Amino acid sequence: MSSSFFLAIKYLKFHWLRSAVLCVAMALIVMAPLTIQLLLSAIQQQLTSRADDTPLLLGARGSTLDLTIGNLYFAGGAVPLTSMAAAEEVWNSGLGNAIPLYARFSTGGVQIVGTSFDYFDYRHLTIADGRGLAVLGEAVVGAEAARKLGVAPGDRIISSPENLFDLGGVYPLRMSVVGILAPTGTPDDDVAFVDIKTSWVIEGIGHGHTAQVAEAPSSDAPVSTYNEITDSNLDSFHFHGAAASYPLTGVIVAPEDERAATILMGRYLDADARVQVIRPSEVVAKLLGDIFRISSVLDAVVAAIACAALLSIALAIFLSLQLRRDEIDTIARLGARKSTVVRVVSAELIVLFAASLALAAAGTALFMLGKETLVLWLLK
Amino acid sequence: MIRVRDLQFAYGTGGFGLAVPSFDVAAGQKVAVVGPSGSGKTTLLNLMSGILSPDSGEISVAGTTISSLSDRDRRAFRIRTIGFVFQDFGLTEYLSARDNILHPYRITDALRLDAATRERAEFLAQSVGIADRLDSFPRTLSQGEKQRVAICRALIAEPSVILADEATGNLDPDTKEVILDVLFEQATLAQAAVVAVTHDHELLPKFGQVVDFRQFRRGGGA
Repeated sequence: MSSSFFLAIKYLKFHWLRSAVLCVAMALIVMAPLTIQLLLSAIQQQLTSRADDTPLLLGARGSTLDLTIGNLYFAGGAVPLTSMAAAEEVWNSGLGNAIPLYARFSTGGVQIVGTSFDYFDYRHLTIADGRGLAVLGEAVVGAEAARKLGVAPGDRIISSPENLFDLGGVYPLRMSVVGILAPTGTPDDDVAFVDIKTSWVIEGIGHGHTAQVAEAPSSDAPVSTYNEITDSNLDSFHFHGAAASYPLTGVIVAPEDERAATILMGRYLDADARVQVIRPSEVVAKLLGDIFRISSVLDAVVAAIACAALLSIALAIFLSLQLRRDEIDTIARLGARKSTVVRVVSAELIVLFAASLALAAAGTALFMLGKETLVLWLLK
Repeated sequence: MIRVRDLQFAYGTGGFGLAVPSFDVAAGQKVAVVGPSGSGKTTLLNLMSGILSPDSGEISVAGTTISSLSDRDRRAFRIRTIGFVFQDFGLTEYLSARDNILHPYRITDALRLDAATRERAEFLAQSVGIADRLDSFPRTLSQGEKQRVAICRALIAEPSVILADEATGNLDPDTKEVILDVLFEQATLAQAAVVAVTHDHELLPKFGQVVDFRQFRRGGGA
């Protein structure tokens, strides 16, 4: 058999390009369904773990999926707004803790999330560089967001203008980056956190006097104007209107226990209520149910493509044997048994399959290395 | 060494046919087979090597009646006993000249490839003047070099019988004589019989016996 492998390897090396194409094709046939399954499983795990860590979510009545995606994964479109009154109601009920979220603005393509200090403890977020939020106008940036924005503690970020043509609108806010979060492999890596009041300043609800700064990066560049909270103007910042009316995109509710959760859920069952409380795990479970229904169709498509590809490879091998008719005749004329041809061809296929499996394993290992990044990118 | 008796063979019904009443080759004897193209010379070599099986008659090689062996036994017998130089060389494109010479050892369990065999391959290549081409692949070899590789492959297993189909057909006149001398020298060393098909009448004096095929041919033919 070793001679068969010797001849097989000589043949495959001589026709290295043909062998490489076959090898890559077979590796892809093995890899495609495997990586899709791994990816779906990772998406499921990522979505589920985040949702499972958030027992209840409160927000304006509407799409539960938008509410979940917008407040847990900081992705998706605009979420209907609720108000600080909803969070206060939870606090006042004594049934659980309420963590307000206001995820509506961005900076350089990175979402700005306004929240309270409780959020960092709740999500077990730690500072890798710098310090945590202390005063108005400061930001703590997620690890991936910091990489994307190229910022470190001491740098500044400016909120993106909400509407370029809103001449009467609020100026963007320039904020100090005071800390970078340790990476967590969750959507928290991809956002910049500010205190909830800072996000209301961006909204224009809170403002200070003499806070505008006009700056031209160079002599021919347009002058840009933004608000900035500094030590000298910090005391002049104030908010108008009742705090209960200030906007939120959602409120994470951490109930005292399951009984408290049930009571809270019951309070918002009224279809006329403007606020709803949802269990994110149920929303995500439904979403995953849809995804996996799609996935089963995808599996069938991949299986059909794999069958077609395998048939093509079988045809290529058959045609290759036809082209090798002279070689096969020669070894028969020299005196080799018919089984020798079978052994040599089998050895070639074994080497090809082994190389394909090794390639597929290497490709899958590479995929596994970048899987988390890919999952986070897909869930953006 | 080779005994042919009342041999009859035809390619299918009404196809080309061959009849050889009687034909003997002694051990160490060198026999030239001559005749016009399509007269059945290659067919005779294929019958003598067991590649083809006669319709009737008897072929014995080295004491074994190969015409009565099964296909499997004929193959085993052929690779151990007969060295064949094919008209089309029959070299394997993806093997170097060295591996082509050693090829019979890699396609059967009947022969054992060892260091002595490898040395013999080097020696044979040296003898026919292709020692510096052993690592080259057939596509980079000239027709003459391919022919020499094919001759080395026929000689490598020290066969009792060497069958050569136009073994010197692709060589220049000077080289033809050299190659034929090498072939005969190796055959003499092994006391092997040589049956060579040739169109080259200038080489006939080197053979001990000449068989003219015009006397054997029958039926329609190519």
